[in-house]
Amino acid sequence: MIEQRVVEPPQLFEAEKETQFITGSEAVREAIRRANVEMAISYPITPQSESMHLVGDLFAEGYIKEYFRGENEFAVMSSVAGAAMGGVRVFTATGGPGTLRAFEAFSTWAGARLPIVCAFMTRGINSPLTIQPDTIEMAFMLDTGIIMLHAETAQDLHDMILRSFMIAEQTEVHIPVGVFVDGFFVTHTRDKVDIAPADMKLPPYDPYSSPVPVMDMENVPFRQMRDPFVMKSNYVSYSAHASWQQEVMAAAERARKYIHQYLGDLIETEYPDADILLIASGTAVSQSREAMAMARSEGFSVGLVKIKSIRPFPEKEIRELVRNAKAVIVPEFNRVGWLAREIKSVAEDTTKIVAGPRVYGGMTMPPNMIMDEIRRCSI
Amino acid sequence: MKKDIFQISPGFEDIMPAEYRDLIDNGPFEKNVGVSDLGSFKELLEEHPLCAGCGLALSLRLILASLPNPEDTIIVGSTGCSALAFPQVALHNIHSLFGNQNAVASGLKRALTLRFPDKVKDVVVIAGDGATADIGLDMVLQSWFRQENITTIMLDNEAYANTGGQESGMSPMGTVLNMAPKGKKFPKVSVPELARESGCAYVATVTPAQPKKLGKAVVRGILAARELGPSYIQVFAPCPTNYKFKPNETISKIKLREKEGTYETKEYITAEAQELFARLEEGKK
Repeated sequence: MIEQRVVEPPQLFEAEKETQFITGSEAVREAIRRANVEMAISYPITPQSESMHLVGDLFAEGYIKEYFRGENEFAVMSSVAGAAMGGVRVFTATGGPGTLRAFEAFSTWAGARLPIVCAFMTRGINSPLTIQPDTIEMAFMLDTGIIMLHAETAQDLHDMILRSFMIAEQTEVHIPVGVFVDGFFVTHTRDKVDIAPADMKLPPYDPYSSPVPVMDMENVPFRQMRDPFVMKSNYVSYSAHASWQQEVMAAAERARKYIHQYLGDLIETEYPDADILLIASGTAVSQSREAMAMARSEGFSVGLVKIKSIRPFPEKEIRELVRNAKAVIVPEFNRVGWLAREIKSVAEDTTKIVAGPRVYGGMTMPPNMIMDEIRRCSI
Repeated sequence: MKKDIFQISPGFEDIMPAEYRDLIDNGPFEKNVGVSDLGSFKELLEEHPLCAGCGLALSLRLILASLPNPEDTIIVGSTGCSALAFPQVALHNIHSLFGNQNAVASGLKRALTLRFPDKVKDVVVIAGDGATADIGLDMVLQSWFRQENITTIMLDNEAYANTGGQESGMSPMGTVLNMAPKGKKFPKVSVPELARESGCAYVATVTPAQPKKLGKAVVRGILAARELGPSYIQVFAPCPTNYKFKPNETISKIKLREKEGTYETKEYITAEAQELFARLEEGKK
């Protein structure tokens, strides 16, 4: 283990980087190595397992103080919640069927105001049995109250995980961040990743920055209430529950400025004034970029919008971009087209949005598929 | 926790609720009280919203009065009747979901051990029979397999009482309950035996009909969890509402069942735990 020193977040994020040629899973390890994580809990599922093996290696080397394999994803996400309630910085990861197995737990994380960072290496959901790349689990996660970032590359994955702790742990945010990445395409391929020196790490988490009491019997209040709302059927109890949920949504809204601070804009654009816009997230962005290059070389006016933050969603930015485009194409790696739905929900004129092309079940998306849509939209 | 953390700031005494002031002045913190001292200190449970004659409410009062270190005890509960009482308990307590209590407690205990290496933080799971023996059984067992340093207490009222009296794994065979309209087809789950086989250092079945015995089991369970590994205590807490007996018959029902031999109180202590208790209990004398 390299002796590490705590540095202020900007010092770490802006440090002189070394370029390494590593897998997405290794990029996760390098993020966690520098994140001053105290505890990590794992459970195997492809294509996530390798990341948590590597996080386990960090535990063996001494970078993480506590690590164990739980019994299933629901239990792991519950244990992670217990650890966060106990006031430590905690990390875990899952994907696909694991995400759905744990689903009930995610919906309680935000409500309990836990600043957990969880990576989701997405894959298809049964049935029939599949282990292949697919982003359908993100459709289910949209309304759990967690912040959702979608990485395109190993660099994104590394940066988003490392910086998410700083976003999640702000007192006025203090809700979980899910960093989603397309399994296999990013986790199991090598890419160049710029990484800060390993002798630097983030400042430790201050549990008393939490907007709710840490469950350690070291802070007040130690009695929650005299008259539990759960027992009551009256306006005050309904109102308390409703306002709590509104506050969680407001916390996600307040995260926008920290996402800006640590990860830049919620979207990135190339040729945003073009007639046809390709709007995508995850590796669909990479395929769209290829298609854009092909199209532009053939004289088509095509631009690209990469959405990095799904929750909070860049409503205003997308509304504006859709307003100015003649056509919008939304390529996705899933059956349901959840990103197209999101875009349609904020656009003024939904008729110009093409909800596709979509591939799923593990299929790749040749840029030609997107090119075909570009041609159709240009007629 | 040091008492000064929750001391009322000077000048604010008059606006704090009377029972909170009472808790500060006369609570069990840093006092080393037990069930025999009930009535001489302010209890951690402020009233409760449970039914008249509820065996679970009585058991909960006795358990809370028995905690050896209330100022550093965190409770993890689960969904069920007891979840209705916990918001009124003056200890940090967690309700996460139905059945995940031992998983939450595993993460919590390890986190507190990291944060307070030189301090004892007791993590005690208190959950119903449905939460422990049915929906959460896998997580209960797995926490025992992993040798987590937590105490698991089951409040066994032999039914899903809060949802309206359905059969649970802990209902006696033959009992007619909701969802068992022809009577339960299999016997009460032997959780104490599962606990013993799964690596618990200390296992006890007790009832509120014998408060001192219950109190001793709670203390032993917590001491074993601190020093050795997981411990399990099963508390028989009959439910007058769903088993249709009068609220003043709760204790006599327990005694009857014990007499019939259908609810046995017993203790299982590993050699290691035996040695630990001998050392600690001797030291106390």
